Amino acid sequence: MRNRSLLARREALAFYGFISPWIIGFICFTGGPIIASLYFSLTNYTLLSSPHYIGLGNYTALFNDPLFSTSLYNTFYYTVFFVPLGIIFSFMLALLLNQKVGGLAAYRTVYYLPSIVPAVANSILWIWLLNPQWGLINTVLRMVGIEGPGWLTSEVWSKPAIILMSLWGVGSWVIIFLAGLQGVPEQYYEAAEVDGATTLARFFHITLPLMTPTIFFTLITGIIGALQVFTQAYIMTNGGPVNSTLFYSLYLFRNAFNYLKMGYAAAMAWILFVIILILTIIQFRLAQRWVFYE
Amino acid sequence: MNRFRKANLVKIGKQILRHLTLMAVGAVFLLPLLWMVSTSLKTNRQIFVYPPQWIPNPVIWRNYSEVFYYAPFLLYFRNTLIIVTLTILGTSISSSLVAYGFARLNGPGKNILFLIMLSSMMLPYMVWMVPLYVLFTRIGWVDTFYPLTVPAFFGNPLYIFLLRQFFMGIPRDLEDAAKIDGCSYLRIYWQIMLPLVKPALATVAVFSFLNAWNDFLGPLLYLQSPDSYTIAVGLQVFLTQHGADWALLMAASTMAVIPVIIVFFFAQKQFIQGIVLTGLKS
Repeated sequence: MRNRSLLARREALAFYGFISPWIIGFICFTGGPIIASLYFSLTNYTLLSSPHYIGLGNYTALFNDPLFSTSLYNTFYYTVFFVPLGIIFSFMLALLLNQKVGGLAAYRTVYYLPSIVPAVANSILWIWLLNPQWGLINTVLRMVGIEGPGWLTSEVWSKPAIILMSLWGVGSWVIIFLAGLQGVPEQYYEAAEVDGATTLARFFHITLPLMTPTIFFTLITGIIGALQVFTQAYIMTNGGPVNSTLFYSLYLFRNAFNYLKMGYAAAMAWILFVIILILTIIQFRLAQRWVFYE
Repeated sequence: MNRFRKANLVKIGKQILRHLTLMAVGAVFLLPLLWMVSTSLKTNRQIFVYPPQWIPNPVIWRNYSEVFYYAPFLLYFRNTLIIVTLTILGTSISSSLVAYGFARLNGPGKNILFLIMLSSMMLPYMVWMVPLYVLFTRIGWVDTFYPLTVPAFFGNPLYIFLLRQFFMGIPRDLEDAAKIDGCSYLRIYWQIMLPLVKPALATVAVFSFLNAWNDFLGPLLYLQSPDSYTIAVGLQVFLTQHGADWALLMAASTMAVIPVIIVFFFAQKQFIQGIVLTGLKS
């Protein structure tokens, strides 16, 4: 008996030994900073002087800051269009790829390739692709008789341009969906075929229900990622024209590192966190109605 | 017989249609990259023509050497390589250690700790970005590689999760035998378990390579003197200096993309597997 408890204690010691890198790292680089961030958000802090407590001052100031609401609107706009479009687009591609076509590996590679292009190189490439006069996109549009918009120089088209660019990099979702589709048991389809189900019926009654967990996963991670969109806007438009691509993270970054309003930026980060938390909780609640678990 | 042939023809027709659709979409995905390479091999006079020239005539290789003339991309390359190597090393070792602990050993508070780790993945990095910057400024790490490499040695929740799944899939018999022989946990981890999860480690290595190579925000915040720039930041500065010189910009971008594509082609299996695992098991 005593021997066993000694063993358990030895194991517990080893357990903490093994996970200690994460514990130390979490305290220093994540958990500690998170608590500090909560404190900073209640202070006026410029990095040059020490933090000065102002209660909820930053939060009330944010709600009266027109650029805060602009950046929030831009970010929601981007998320609302990019995530559903990305999911539909990559799901359709995965369906096509799953049709036992030859050369699957080659297609998969081609679709995935754009998503590994480094963000900075990608942004520079897209500035050029979206060039109103000589860019590839407007050149192609001109060939079919459409005069393309000014994209990044247009207040109306700058966000759609960045959404289009993000859709180009949606390859990893294609791979996730494809893997999900390949996990659907073949017997289900065979049984449906015996019953004389049409292709459409098979899709809606077998494929779609069984894919809902995968769709749910991409939805959750997709929204969390989209709400933090930063690099493209920082490099391609720097928030312009007329703040039409001033996304939330970009405005937060500006407050922190251009205006040195660290407390203000920390408050922004916490609001973003709360938004993500609420959206995620709502999605998990809603998931009970539409996500199908075997 | 006739009906049979007809059905066969329809089948072939459908197959061709599928391939045509897949190829059309493939072209949409591929053309921007080809356009980048094509532009990088042109003079301005070849760039500004309508209809566009896909294969430059003549091919202007000079753009690539000119990039090196304007910016020390070899230095940026070296800096990036140092950061990437340390990140891969740190992430693989620390994440596998922690993952082994969570997969095989028991201790009080294990489940809560694991839950904390998983939920920390959902937090937006912006929440700890500001205090972390303050911390690194205070301890004098700004303008060194430390902020970009040291955290890698303390495990990454996503990779810990992934490796833990792998460790849990390994039968316990081997370890039990080793334990009876009096092997220490560290030796079991290092000599028995680690070799068995090599494929998963390769996936982790490949993804940490990609993330470190592509990281922009980190180097943007912490690397201030031009001598310490990575390719990502160097490229952005290059853009601000040569904003309208498309051939040079595309040549520089192509050079930033090529290493990633090379690694991708050598490690395709790991990429696909990594995405699938993180996508389906979460």
